[in-house]
Amino acid sequence: MGLSINASSFWELISQPWHWSVSGAAIALVLALMTWMGRSFGVSTTFKAFCSAAGGGRVSDFFKMNLKDEFWRIAFAIGGVIGGYIATTFLASPEPVAISESTIEYLSGIGIAYPESDAQGIGFVPTSILNFESLKGVLIALGGGFLVGFGARYGDGCTSGHAISGLAHFQLPSLITVIGFFIGGLLMTHFIFPFLMAL
Amino acid sequence: MKNISFLIVGVFFGIVMAKSEAVSWFRIHEMFRFESFHMYGIIGTAVVLGALSMWVMKKTKMKTLRGTLVAYNPMKLSLKRHLLAGSVFGLGWALVGCCPGPMYVLLGSGYTIMLLVLAGATLGTFTYGLVMKYLPH
Repeated sequence: MGLSINASSFWELISQPWHWSVSGAAIALVLALMTWMGRSFGVSTTFKAFCSAAGGGRVSDFFKMNLKDEFWRIAFAIGGVIGGYIATTFLASPEPVAISESTIEYLSGIGIAYPESDAQGIGFVPTSILNFESLKGVLIALGGGFLVGFGARYGDGCTSGHAISGLAHFQLPSLITVIGFFIGGLLMTHFIFPFLMAL
Repeated sequence: MKNISFLIVGVFFGIVMAKSEAVSWFRIHEMFRFESFHMYGIIGTAVVLGALSMWVMKKTKMKTLRGTLVAYNPMKLSLKRHLLAGSVFGLGWALVGCCPGPMYVLLGSGYTIMLLVLAGATLGTFTYGLVMKYLPH
Protein backbone atom coordinates (compact mmCIF):
# COMPACT_ATOMS: atom_id res chain seq x y z
CA MET A 1 0.00 0.00 0.00
CA GLY A 2 2.65 2.44 1.12
CA LEU A 3 4.83 1.36 -1.79
CA SER A 4 2.14 2.03 -4.39
CA ILE A 5 1.56 5.54 -3.00
CA ASN A 6 5.28 6.20 -3.21
CA ALA A 7 5.44 4.87 -6.74
CA SER A 8 2.61 7.10 -7.91
CA SER A 9 4.02 10.18 -6.20
CA PHE A 10 7.40 9.43 -7.83
CA TRP A 11 5.63 9.23 -11.20
CA GLU A 12 3.93 12.56 -10.45
CA LEU A 13 7.28 14.08 -9.50
CA ILE A 14 9.08 13.09 -12.72
CA SER A 15 6.04 14.16 -14.77
CA GLN A 16 6.66 17.77 -13.71
CA PRO A 17 8.92 19.82 -15.98
CA TRP A 18 12.50 19.12 -14.85
CA HIS A 19 14.60 21.82 -13.26
CA TRP A 20 17.44 23.11 -15.48
CA SER A 21 20.11 21.76 -13.11
CA VAL A 22 18.63 18.23 -13.20
CA SER A 23 18.36 18.40 -16.99
CA GLY A 24 21.92 19.71 -17.39
CA ALA A 25 23.27 16.96 -15.14
CA ALA A 26 21.32 14.33 -17.10
CA ILE A 27 22.79 15.59 -20.41
CA ALA A 28 26.29 15.44 -18.87
CA LEU A 29 25.48 11.84 -17.90
CA VAL A 30 24.55 11.05 -21.53
CA LEU A 31 27.91 12.52 -22.65
CA ALA A 32 29.75 10.45 -20.02
CA LEU A 33 27.88 7.25 -20.98
CA MET A 34 28.56 7.72 -24.70
CA THR A 35 32.23 8.43 -23.98
CA TRP A 36 32.48 5.38 -21.71
CA MET A 37 30.91 3.30 -24.48
CA GLY A 38 33.71 4.51 -26.73
CA ARG A 39 31.68 6.79 -28.97
CA SER A 40 31.19 10.52 -29.35
CA PHE A 41 28.03 12.43 -28.55
CA GLY A 42 26.93 13.76 -31.93
CA VAL A 43 23.58 13.61 -33.65
CA SER A 44 23.92 15.52 -36.94
CA THR A 45 26.13 12.86 -38.54
CA THR A 46 22.95 10.76 -38.88
CA PHE A 47 21.99 13.08 -41.78
CA LYS A 48 25.29 12.31 -43.49
CA ALA A 49 24.57 8.60 -43.02
CA PHE A 50 21.15 9.06 -44.71
CA CYS A 51 22.86 10.78 -47.68
CA SER A 52 25.33 7.93 -47.89
CA ALA A 53 22.57 5.30 -47.68
CA ALA A 54 20.72 7.08 -50.50
CA GLY A 55 23.76 6.69 -52.74
CA GLY A 56 25.36 10.09 -52.12
CA GLY A 57 28.79 8.50 -52.51
CA ARG A 58 28.24 8.45 -56.28
CA VAL A 59 28.16 12.27 -56.46
CA SER A 60 30.59 13.21 -53.69
CA ASP A 61 33.39 11.33 -51.97
CA PHE A 62 32.26 13.10 -48.80
CA PHE A 63 29.43 10.57 -48.53
CA LYS A 64 31.62 7.51 -49.03
CA MET A 65 31.54 5.92 -45.62
CA ASN A 66 31.11 2.54 -43.98
CA LEU A 67 27.45 2.66 -42.95
CA LYS A 68 27.91 -0.22 -40.50
CA ASP A 69 30.09 2.11 -38.39
CA GLU A 70 27.13 4.46 -37.99
CA PHE A 71 24.52 1.94 -36.82
CA TRP A 72 25.14 2.87 -33.18
CA ARG A 73 24.39 6.50 -33.99
CA ILE A 74 21.17 5.62 -35.82
CA ALA A 75 20.19 3.44 -32.84
CA PHE A 76 20.76 6.43 -30.55
CA ALA A 77 18.55 8.65 -32.74
CA ILE A 78 15.78 6.01 -32.84
CA GLY A 79 16.06 5.87 -29.05
CA GLY A 80 15.51 9.64 -29.04
CA VAL A 81 12.25 9.20 -30.96
CA ILE A 82 11.08 6.54 -28.49
CA GLY A 83 12.11 8.74 -25.55
CA GLY A 84 10.11 11.64 -26.97
CA TYR A 85 7.10 9.35 -27.25
CA ILE A 86 7.46 8.07 -23.68
CA ALA A 87 7.91 11.58 -22.26
CA THR A 88 4.80 13.01 -23.88
CA THR A 89 2.61 9.91 -23.54
CA PHE A 90 3.39 8.62 -20.05
CA LEU A 91 5.21 11.51 -18.39
CA ALA A 92 3.28 14.47 -19.81
CA SER A 93 3.61 17.72 -17.86
CA PRO A 94 0.34 18.96 -16.35
CA GLU A 95 0.82 22.44 -17.89
CA PRO A 96 2.22 23.78 -21.19
CA VAL A 97 5.88 24.90 -21.13
CA ALA A 98 6.10 27.86 -18.74
CA ILE A 99 7.95 30.40 -20.89
CA SER A 100 8.41 33.91 -19.55
CA GLU A 101 5.59 36.46 -19.61
CA SER A 102 7.69 38.88 -21.65
CA THR A 103 8.24 36.28 -24.40
CA ILE A 104 4.50 35.47 -24.47
CA GLU A 105 3.70 39.17 -24.75
CA TYR A 106 6.25 39.75 -27.51
CA LEU A 107 5.05 36.72 -29.49
CA SER A 108 1.41 37.81 -29.30
CA GLY A 109 2.55 41.17 -30.69
CA ILE A 110 3.87 39.48 -33.85
CA GLY A 111 0.76 37.31 -34.17
CA ILE A 112 1.76 34.15 -32.32
CA ALA A 113 -0.64 33.31 -29.50
CA TYR A 114 0.82 31.11 -26.77
CA PRO A 115 0.11 28.24 -26.18
CA GLU A 116 -2.72 28.17 -28.76
CA SER A 117 -0.19 28.39 -31.63
CA ASP A 118 0.78 24.79 -30.78
CA ALA A 119 -1.99 22.44 -31.93
CA GLN A 120 -0.96 19.97 -29.20
CA GLY A 121 -1.11 22.71 -26.57
CA ILE A 122 2.04 21.51 -24.80
CA GLY A 123 4.28 24.31 -25.98
CA PHE A 124 6.84 22.31 -27.97
CA VAL A 125 6.31 23.48 -31.58
CA PRO A 126 4.28 26.38 -33.00
CA THR A 127 2.31 24.31 -35.52
CA SER A 128 0.67 27.54 -36.69
CA ILE A 129 4.08 28.39 -38.23
CA LEU A 130 5.55 24.94 -39.00
CA ASN A 131 2.94 22.79 -40.71
CA PHE A 132 2.00 20.76 -43.80
CA GLU A 133 -1.14 22.85 -44.40
CA SER A 134 0.36 26.01 -45.87
CA LEU A 135 3.15 26.66 -48.36
CA LYS A 136 4.74 29.02 -45.84
CA GLY A 137 4.63 26.31 -43.15
CA VAL A 138 6.28 23.79 -45.46
CA LEU A 139 8.95 26.24 -46.63
CA ILE A 140 9.87 27.29 -43.08
CA ALA A 141 10.17 23.65 -41.92
CA LEU A 142 12.17 22.59 -44.97
CA GLY A 143 14.29 25.77 -45.16
CA GLY A 144 15.09 25.86 -41.45
CA GLY A 145 16.00 22.19 -41.51
CA PHE A 146 18.20 22.82 -44.56
CA LEU A 147 20.17 25.56 -42.75
CA VAL A 148 20.65 23.31 -39.70
CA GLY A 149 21.85 20.39 -41.82
CA PHE A 150 24.14 22.50 -43.99
CA GLY A 151 25.63 24.45 -41.06
CA ALA A 152 26.13 21.34 -38.92
CA ARG A 153 28.07 19.54 -41.65
CA TYR A 154 30.08 22.62 -42.67
CA GLY A 155 31.08 23.18 -39.03
CA ASP A 156 31.47 19.42 -38.48
CA GLY A 157 29.05 19.27 -35.56
CA CYS A 158 25.83 20.53 -34.02
CA THR A 159 24.81 21.45 -30.49
CA SER A 160 25.64 18.05 -29.00
CA GLY A 161 29.01 17.83 -30.73
CA HIS A 162 30.21 21.42 -30.27
CA ALA A 163 28.23 23.12 -27.48
CA ILE A 164 28.31 20.07 -25.18
CA SER A 165 31.17 17.66 -26.10
CA GLY A 166 33.49 20.21 -27.72
CA LEU A 167 33.20 22.73 -24.89
CA ALA A 168 33.55 19.94 -22.29
CA HIS A 169 36.88 19.08 -23.97
CA PHE A 170 37.89 22.80 -24.04
CA GLN A 171 38.06 22.95 -27.84
CA LEU A 172 38.56 26.46 -29.23
CA PRO A 173 36.98 25.64 -32.65
CA SER A 174 33.87 24.52 -30.75
CA LEU A 175 33.72 27.78 -28.81
CA ILE A 176 33.95 29.75 -32.06
CA THR A 177 31.21 27.57 -33.59
CA VAL A 178 28.96 28.21 -30.57
CA ILE A 179 29.57 31.96 -30.97
CA GLY A 180 28.47 31.46 -34.59
CA PHE A 181 25.31 29.66 -33.38
CA PHE A 182 24.46 32.81 -31.45
CA ILE A 183 25.28 35.22 -34.28
CA GLY A 184 22.88 33.31 -36.56
CA GLY A 185 20.30 32.72 -33.84
CA LEU A 186 20.16 36.35 -32.73
CA LEU A 187 19.97 37.53 -36.35
CA MET A 188 17.05 35.19 -37.02
CA THR A 189 15.16 35.85 -33.78
CA HIS A 190 15.48 39.64 -33.75
CA PHE A 191 15.48 40.59 -37.44
CA ILE A 192 14.56 37.88 -39.94
CA PHE A 193 11.83 36.04 -38.02
CA PRO A 194 9.68 39.13 -37.25
CA PHE A 195 10.03 40.04 -40.94
CA LEU A 196 8.92 36.53 -42.01
CA MET A 197 5.91 36.75 -39.70
CA ALA A 198 4.90 40.08 -41.22
CA LEU A 199 4.87 38.61 -44.75
CA MET B 1 23.37 -6.29 -29.91
CA LYS B 2 25.72 -3.47 -28.85
CA ASN B 3 23.49 -1.05 -30.71
CA ILE B 4 20.69 -1.84 -28.25
CA SER B 5 22.69 -0.16 -25.49
CA PHE B 6 22.96 2.99 -27.64
CA LEU B 7 19.22 2.80 -28.26
CA ILE B 8 18.64 2.71 -24.49
CA VAL B 9 20.90 5.74 -23.90
CA GLY B 10 18.97 7.41 -26.74
CA VAL B 11 15.66 6.73 -24.99
CA PHE B 12 17.03 8.33 -21.83
CA PHE B 13 18.31 11.29 -23.89
CA GLY B 14 14.87 11.71 -25.49
CA ILE B 15 13.08 11.72 -22.14
CA VAL B 16 15.60 14.23 -20.75
CA MET B 17 15.27 16.58 -23.74
CA ALA B 18 11.47 16.52 -23.57
CA LYS B 19 11.15 16.83 -19.79
CA SER B 20 13.77 19.61 -19.68
CA GLU B 21 11.74 21.44 -22.36
CA ALA B 22 14.95 21.93 -24.37
CA VAL B 23 12.98 20.61 -27.36
CA SER B 24 10.57 23.56 -27.15
CA TRP B 25 10.68 26.10 -30.00
CA PHE B 26 9.38 28.63 -27.47
CA ARG B 27 12.26 27.92 -25.06
CA ILE B 28 14.77 28.52 -27.89
CA HIS B 29 13.05 31.76 -28.91
CA GLU B 30 13.04 32.88 -25.27
CA MET B 31 16.74 32.00 -25.00
CA PHE B 32 17.69 34.11 -28.04
CA ARG B 33 15.64 36.97 -26.55
CA PHE B 34 17.52 36.61 -23.22
CA GLU B 35 14.21 36.46 -21.36
CA SER B 36 14.88 33.36 -19.27
CA PHE B 37 17.82 31.62 -17.65
CA HIS B 38 16.37 28.14 -18.30
CA MET B 39 18.31 27.12 -21.46
CA TYR B 40 21.53 28.78 -20.27
CA GLY B 41 21.21 26.85 -17.01
CA ILE B 42 20.80 23.54 -18.86
CA ILE B 43 23.71 24.07 -21.27
CA GLY B 44 25.93 25.59 -18.55
CA THR B 45 25.35 22.71 -16.13
CA ALA B 46 25.86 20.13 -18.89
CA VAL B 47 29.18 21.71 -19.96
CA VAL B 48 30.57 22.13 -16.42
CA LEU B 49 29.65 18.60 -15.28
CA GLY B 50 30.61 17.20 -18.69
CA ALA B 51 34.05 18.85 -18.51
CA LEU B 52 34.51 17.51 -14.99
CA SER B 53 33.67 13.93 -15.99
CA MET B 54 35.86 14.12 -19.14
CA TRP B 55 38.72 15.44 -16.99
CA VAL B 56 38.36 12.57 -14.50
CA MET B 57 38.19 9.99 -17.32
CA LYS B 58 41.37 11.37 -18.93
CA LYS B 59 43.20 11.80 -15.60
CA THR B 60 42.50 8.22 -14.49
CA LYS B 61 43.34 6.96 -18.04
CA MET B 62 40.04 5.11 -18.00
CA LYS B 63 39.56 2.58 -20.80
CA THR B 64 36.32 2.79 -22.77
CA LEU B 65 34.27 -0.32 -23.52
CA ARG B 66 35.99 -0.41 -26.93
CA GLY B 67 39.36 -0.52 -25.21
CA THR B 68 40.42 2.99 -26.22
CA LEU B 69 41.50 5.94 -24.10
CA VAL B 70 39.21 8.96 -23.77
CA ALA B 71 40.34 11.63 -26.23
CA TYR B 72 38.88 14.27 -28.51
CA ASN B 73 39.95 14.50 -32.14
CA PRO B 74 41.05 18.13 -32.32
CA MET B 75 39.71 20.09 -35.28
CA LYS B 76 41.82 22.45 -37.31
CA LEU B 77 41.17 25.98 -36.09
CA SER B 78 39.59 28.08 -38.81
CA LEU B 79 37.88 31.24 -37.62
CA LYS B 80 36.16 31.89 -40.95
CA ARG B 81 34.84 28.36 -41.34
CA HIS B 82 33.55 27.96 -37.80
CA LEU B 83 31.95 31.39 -37.59
CA LEU B 84 30.26 30.94 -40.98
CA ALA B 85 29.12 27.38 -40.34
CA GLY B 86 27.93 28.24 -36.83
CA SER B 87 25.96 31.23 -38.11
CA VAL B 88 24.21 29.20 -40.82
CA PHE B 89 23.33 26.58 -38.21
CA GLY B 90 22.13 29.27 -35.80
CA LEU B 91 19.82 30.80 -38.40
CA GLY B 92 18.15 27.43 -38.87
CA TRP B 93 18.14 26.57 -35.16
CA ALA B 94 16.28 29.78 -34.29
CA LEU B 95 13.83 29.34 -37.18
CA VAL B 96 12.72 25.73 -36.59
CA GLY B 97 13.45 26.01 -32.86
CA CYS B 98 15.31 22.73 -32.64
CA CYS B 99 18.73 21.30 -33.31
CA PRO B 100 19.26 17.75 -34.68
CA GLY B 101 18.73 15.82 -31.40
CA PRO B 102 15.38 17.45 -30.60
CA MET B 103 14.17 16.91 -34.20
CA TYR B 104 14.09 13.17 -33.48
CA VAL B 105 12.63 13.64 -29.99
CA LEU B 106 9.84 15.90 -31.29
CA LEU B 107 8.97 13.36 -33.96
CA GLY B 108 8.38 10.88 -31.15
CA SER B 109 6.33 13.48 -29.29
CA GLY B 110 3.89 13.41 -32.17
CA TYR B 111 5.02 16.38 -34.28
CA THR B 112 4.98 14.77 -37.73
CA ILE B 113 6.15 18.09 -39.25
CA MET B 114 9.61 17.04 -38.01
CA LEU B 115 9.74 14.57 -40.93
CA LEU B 116 9.93 17.62 -43.18
CA VAL B 117 12.51 19.33 -40.95
CA LEU B 118 14.63 16.15 -40.94
CA ALA B 119 14.27 15.91 -44.74
CA GLY B 120 15.42 19.54 -44.99
CA ALA B 121 18.41 18.81 -42.76
CA THR B 122 19.39 15.80 -44.89
CA LEU B 123 19.03 17.92 -48.03
CA GLY B 124 21.22 20.61 -46.44
CA THR B 125 23.85 18.00 -45.57
CA PHE B 126 23.71 16.66 -49.14
CA THR B 127 24.11 20.18 -50.57
CA TYR B 128 27.15 20.74 -48.36
CA GLY B 129 28.72 17.60 -49.80
CA LEU B 130 28.23 19.01 -53.30
CA VAL B 131 29.56 22.53 -52.68
CA MET B 132 32.16 21.92 -49.96
CA LYS B 133 35.09 22.44 -52.33
CA TYR B 134 33.99 26.02 -52.96
CA LEU B 135 33.74 26.95 -49.26
CA PRO B 136 36.53 28.29 -47.03
CA HIS B 137 37.77 25.60 -44.64
